[in-house]
Amino acid sequence: MSRTDPVPDHPFAPRPGAAGVPQMLARQTSLELRLLLRNGEQLLITLVIPILVLVGVSLVHAVDVGSGRRIDVVTPGVFSLAVLSTAFTSLAIATGFERRYGVLKRLGATPLPRWGLIAAKSATVLVVELGQLLVLAGVASSLGWSPRGSWLELVPLLLVGTAAFSGLGLLMAGTLRAEATLAAANLVWLLLLAGGGIIVPLSRLPAGVAAGLSVLPSAALTEGMRAVLQHGSGLPAGPLVVLAVWALLGVGTASVAFRWE
Amino acid sequence: MRPAYTRSVPAPAVEVIDLVKRYGDLVAVDGLSFEVPAATVTAVLGPNGAGKTSTVECCEGYRRPDRGSVRVLGLDPRRDGHRLRPRVGVMLQQGGIYPTVRAVEMLRHVAGLHAHPLDVDMLVERLGLGATGRTPFRRLSGGQQQRLSLALAVVGRPELVFLDEPTAGLDPQARRATWDLIAQLRTDGVTVVLTTHYLEEAERLADRVLVVDHGRVIAAGSPAELTHREGQGALRFRAPAGLDLASLRAALPDAVTVAESSSGGYEVRGALDPHLVAAVTTWCATHGVMPEGLTLARRSLEDVFLELTGRELR
Ligand SMILES: Nc1ncnc2c1ncn2[C@@H]1O[C@H](COP(=O)(O)OP(=O)(O)O)[C@@H](O)[C@H]1O
Ligand SMILES: [Mg+2]
Repeated sequence: MSRTDPVPDHPFAPRPGAAGVPQMLARQTSLELRLLLRNGEQLLITLVIPILVLVGVSLVHAVDVGSGRRIDVVTPGVFSLAVLSTAFTSLAIATGFERRYGVLKRLGATPLPRWGLIAAKSATVLVVELGQLLVLAGVASSLGWSPRGSWLELVPLLLVGTAAFSGLGLLMAGTLRAEATLAAANLVWLLLLAGGGIIVPLSRLPAGVAAGLSVLPSAALTEGMRAVLQHGSGLPAGPLVVLAVWALLGVGTASVAFRWE
Repeated sequence: MRPAYTRSVPAPAVEVIDLVKRYGDLVAVDGLSFEVPAATVTAVLGPNGAGKTSTVECCEGYRRPDRGSVRVLGLDPRRDGHRLRPRVGVMLQQGGIYPTVRAVEMLRHVAGLHAHPLDVDMLVERLGLGATGRTPFRRLSGGQQQRLSLALAVVGRPELVFLDEPTAGLDPQARRATWDLIAQLRTDGVTVVLTTHYLEEAERLADRVLVVDHGRVIAAGSPAELTHREGQGALRFRAPAGLDLASLRAALPDAVTVAESSSGGYEVRGALDPHLVAAVTTWCATHGVMPEGLTLARRSLEDVFLELTGRELR
């Protein structure tokens, strides 16, 4: 019999101890992923709608997306939409309801530290984004998309963009009521999709409007993606700085204001 | 470092001194003090709003006491939370579980956050959660939700568990399974602190009962001590109406009262012990009286609560 077997007559004899940190993180990430994939509404916003936007805007010439092949303009924008959906909307709604149902409170009594929960949520977001980008890239390729720059240059952009949106999503989830988070996260998603520089390149807009929009994280992420994938022009500093500022603001405020109960 | 439960001189598992918890103007916990000896079951008994949850959540580190001190396994639950978490199991009064998770999935998950968890299948079987299958948590019955919540509190093999109303709303069979599990925890050396407003639960499970009302301890002791205090009890029997009560009274110890509470229904009140019973039956034998339906009624915790507060518990 191994030492871990409980004494036969005393199955509950205390033997406390936390699992190793890597195991706890892996378990929490795996659970969060499973619960997310089980949630139809979240899949709608993270995958179905981005695919519809990709196919719709690239095939139907209703929106002026400027010069260049439509699919090459639209695809980086839809990548950015995918990040917005997962790192902001989906994360905010899920976390808001976990807070409301006392899940965050209850997990606080397990050996999983709070930073571990945040790490698991970040890992979940990154895994989902990877899946989204693969699927969307597959669909885009079948529509004739031909990216130029290097995928590697996307990595810093994706990480900083994800940090920015996650910080803002967690800030919302940790301060508003769950219903308010649900409404606001969806509304912000819709507003940024419509007017946040995701579909229509800033270069197609009047200079004043473009300058205003360029400080939005959605526009910054999209412009960065277009610079790399459409123009092959390497990692652009401007959007990266904008995203980094949002990340600092969002994560910083969330870490102070987030209420676990 | 050796774990606390093998120490030769057992320290109290929980020590609360002069705890005060306020919400705005409301004083929910009003100078509460108690100790929980290791490897015992302590029931915090009181009506809704008595301050049970506030007290327990101060011990769990969720709420910050406004005054007083709380030590759990010798540590401060707010400052040393990270050291306590693996050692302390928690069952919240409600909530705490993902609405879409499956029962066994959640149990395996929390088991996996611990180094030496219980056998999940054993726990599932013991608590009758085997039939929950793929049903999401939000669709489980209230009883199943409660039992899962209890299972999550113990799956990490803690030294100490806090159970906030573990049987509220359970059907008798599920309540029985929960009681059996709590009794087994005690046998196996786990310290249990539970809250309840069921007297029967406190009487049956607890080594010590704290009767709490308006945030204060109004009585504390073992169920036997509480119900025997002042030796209250009643011996009742039926016999022909109009017995000579003065004669019966004279045959019994001083502090005892005798009454014919209804026609032919007799009640002897006082410190119930074998001598009193013998004295009553001897008097009956001497006077040729058959005491029909002779019963002994100990004071219940219900009576204690009623006496102390002038109110019913529920
Ligand atoms: N977070 C809170 N904010 C304001 N009042 C509270 C809060 N929690 C409890 N109370 C109040 O404090 C009193 C004690 O509540 P509680 O500790 O939950 O008692 P019990 O668990 O015995 O029912 C009640 O009057 C309750 O309404
Ligand atoms: Mg309560």
